[in-house]
Amino acid sequence: MHIVVCIKQVPDSAQIRVHPVTNTIMRQGVPAIINPYDLFALEEALRLKDQHGGTVTVITMGPPQAEAALRKALSFGADDAILITDRAFAGADTLATSFALASAIRQIQKNMPVDMVFTGKQTIDGDTAQVGPGVAKRLDMQLLTYVSKVVSVKPDKAEIVVERRAEGGVQVLKTRLPCLVTVLDGNNQMRFANMPNMFRAARHPLKRWSREEAGIVDEDIAKIGLKGSPTVVSKVFAPTPKSERAEMIAVESGDPKDLAVTVLAKMFTRFPAVEKEIAKRAQ
Amino acid sequence: MSEKFDAIVVGAGPSGNAAAYTLAKSGLKVLQMERGEYAGSKNVQGAILYADALEKMIPDFRDDAPLERHIIEQRMWVMDDDSFVGTHYRSDGFNKEPFNRYTIIRAQFDKWFSAKVQEAGALVICETTVTDLLRDESNRVVGVQVDRDGGSIYADVVILADGVNSLLARKAGFHPELEPKNVALAVKEIHFMPQETLQERFNIGEEEGVVIELFGKITQGMMGTGFLYTNKESIAVGVGCMLSDFKEQKTTPYALLEQMKNHPSIKPLLAGGEMKEYTAHLIPEGGYKTIPKLYGDGWLIVGDSGMFVNAVHREGSNLAMTTGRIAAETVIDLVKEGKAMTAANLSIYRSRLDGSFVMKDLKKYQEMPEIFDANRQFFTIYPELVNRSAHHMLHVDGVDKKTKEREIFSSFRAKRSLFGLMGDAYKLWRAFR
Ligand SMILES: Cc1cc2nc3c(=O)[nH]c(=O)nc-3n(C[C@H](O)[C@H](O)[C@H](O)COP(=O)(O)OP(=O)(O)OC[C@H]3O[C@@H](n4cnc5c(N)ncnc54)[C@H](O)[C@@H]3O)c2cc1C
Ligand SMILES: Cc1cc2nc3c(=O)[nH]c(=O)nc-3n(C[C@H](O)[C@H](O)[C@H](O)COP(=O)(O)OP(=O)(O)OC[C@H]3O[C@@H](n4cnc5c(N)ncnc54)[C@H](O)[C@@H]3O)c2cc1C
Repeated sequence: MHIVVCIKQVPDSAQIRVHPVTNTIMRQGVPAIINPYDLFALEEALRLKDQHGGTVTVITMGPPQAEAALRKALSFGADDAILITDRAFAGADTLATSFALASAIRQIQKNMPVDMVFTGKQTIDGDTAQVGPGVAKRLDMQLLTYVSKVVSVKPDKAEIVVERRAEGGVQVLKTRLPCLVTVLDGNNQMRFANMPNMFRAARHPLKRWSREEAGIVDEDIAKIGLKGSPTVVSKVFAPTPKSERAEMIAVESGDPKDLAVTVLAKMFTRFPAVEKEIAKRAQ
Repeated sequence: MSEKFDAIVVGAGPSGNAAAYTLAKSGLKVLQMERGEYAGSKNVQGAILYADALEKMIPDFRDDAPLERHIIEQRMWVMDDDSFVGTHYRSDGFNKEPFNRYTIIRAQFDKWFSAKVQEAGALVICETTVTDLLRDESNRVVGVQVDRDGGSIYADVVILADGVNSLLARKAGFHPELEPKNVALAVKEIHFMPQETLQERFNIGEEEGVVIELFGKITQGMMGTGFLYTNKESIAVGVGCMLSDFKEQKTTPYALLEQMKNHPSIKPLLAGGEMKEYTAHLIPEGGYKTIPKLYGDGWLIVGDSGMFVNAVHREGSNLAMTTGRIAAETVIDLVKEGKAMTAANLSIYRSRLDGSFVMKDLKKYQEMPEIFDANRQFFTIYPELVNRSAHHMLHVDGVDKKTKEREIFSSFRAKRSLFGLMGDAYKLWRAFR
């Protein structure tokens, strides 16, 4: 059984720190992590490997730094890793990304047939959830999205059963292999790598594939990277908060009693009903 | 199957990287462990890089190391509440290559250094914490235990480069518990601004940089100093005081830094900048007298873990690199001579350090921490007196200069007796001798 897991390196939004005094956000040095959903996908794949044996190959399309994400995946137990990296891929949207990934997976299949492709449900930076379905379509694979759990795989029958989270409940779905699964934050938790795997990951000869090695011929160059990307992000901005802003109340004396009186007076003018209610209860 | 190496280095700060680089370069089989996400992810520094210590290992480091600016001007400001008296030393001599001191951003620099370590052939494993040292029946250190399954790893020698808070050294009993009076707690922020603004503000060119050392009332009577360095398009500003002082005064370091940044002489330098990084870290400042035992059967201690910081000159990373390199060279020589990593053989490390600037400098200032600790007037009364005297002399108001001089002198006498003044002069001389 051979499972290919697609992972993407994203900025760790959880590690953006806030200054204790000024409350400003500090973006400097925010580390890159593996997209959290992709870790769930990888863990599901590794569990299947634990049960049935087989091979797990991780791939990512990204800049040279994405090597760190692949090495980490290797330390968790993936058998092989391929970094698809080429200037020609820069600026890819979901269309171009899925074209390139599908082409790379076809190349992988030439060496060893692929039974399943796992991706995350979506990324935490692009958030489109389109790459998985895009790859499935191009590879003409069965597609299972929003999967919270792989219930069983029967390699001899080329069959997979999963739980899929849908509105109003959980669907149990069965389909045939080969199949692409997009994985939700489900029941599993990524294992803690053991030391022998840490050593193996650090020493593993990583494969780096250029455009040609990923099987993209010259005629298709307009289907990858910026050229192959009809989507343009024209602007990125933080929406203005809708709620009213907090008001600073200045108290001259700094005496707690004065402070309480001022705050209450302010509150009562703004919400007369509150004052009435308190007065009523006090009686 | 557990792995076996010639040497294991714990920590990927400047000391660990220097040790691992030197060892790997000589062809030894080296493993380096770092608990952080990557080398530099946990590291904090002002930061001034002193070229010399790095040059001794990587002569051509300037070709690709991430350097911000070379320093051409050093300012020393003695601060009162709303003024300072200062000295500036600026020289075009500092513009002659090879440059001697640079500002750096540690996270980037450590990453670069770590890449060199890996190129040299060391195996570097991050996100892995060494939890214990492994010993044999004779209590010799024979490897490390890490926080992962299958985590017993063996080596002929273990180099502890795990920084100021060396839990390993303490657990192993190599090192007494850190005392709050021997460590400073420092906080630092980085404020970003356009390169042109920064250069205009400090009167410097494209690559040139300025260091400001701050001393006096900014530390509110606590023993410590502040600093401000120019990076390429940001300013590092920070302050550090002894941990024991923070505890006693119930002040927090960031409140102190906030106040320092609002000093009327500092505020305009930071104006308009966008603060993007805030970090706090300990600095071992106990000096020579607090240096622990540095070697034993199968182990060596380098860098902050060995209390190698020259607080007076704010040198730490260079001592870290130098001790790391010398420890590695000691190991390399023993391997060449076919000798075992026993305490007796590794003791050359200590004697080599004694012969180097590291121990000589630390020895020179060994009385310093105690003298300043016992004489807080150096942080309060004197900065105030010096500033007010300057103000008095420069304020033109019809009073003749002779009278002004007399008034200044009596203001000193009023705060400190003549005996006190002479005593302080002697103490200062002794501290810096
Ligand atoms: C700030 C910002 C600016 C952007 N600017 C542009 C722009 O100007 N033009 C443009 O066309 N696009 C732009 N993008 C889109 C961007 O490149 C997409 O992030 C990318 O195409 C993948 O889409 P996604 O992240 O939404 O993935 P999703 O479809 O949400 O990902 C689903 C799953 O697919 C897999 N996957 C996704 N990407 C990869 C990959 N590279 N390698 C391996 N597996 C992968 C993972 O398993 C992932 O969990 C921008 C994105 C951001 C955040
Ligand atoms: C605010 C500030 C400003 C400074 N300014 C300067 C300056 O301008 N110039 C200068 O030269 N020096 C300066 N210093 C001092 C300098 O930063 C230190 O002396 C230097 O970093 C010491 O290097 P080191 O390698 O010994 O320790 P560190 O740099 O602290 O590195 C130790 C490493 O070991 C890792 N580690 C710890 N325990 C374990 C474990 N159990 N397992 C695995 N890994 C572990 C840590 O994660 C860390 O990466 C400054 C320090 C501070 C705090």
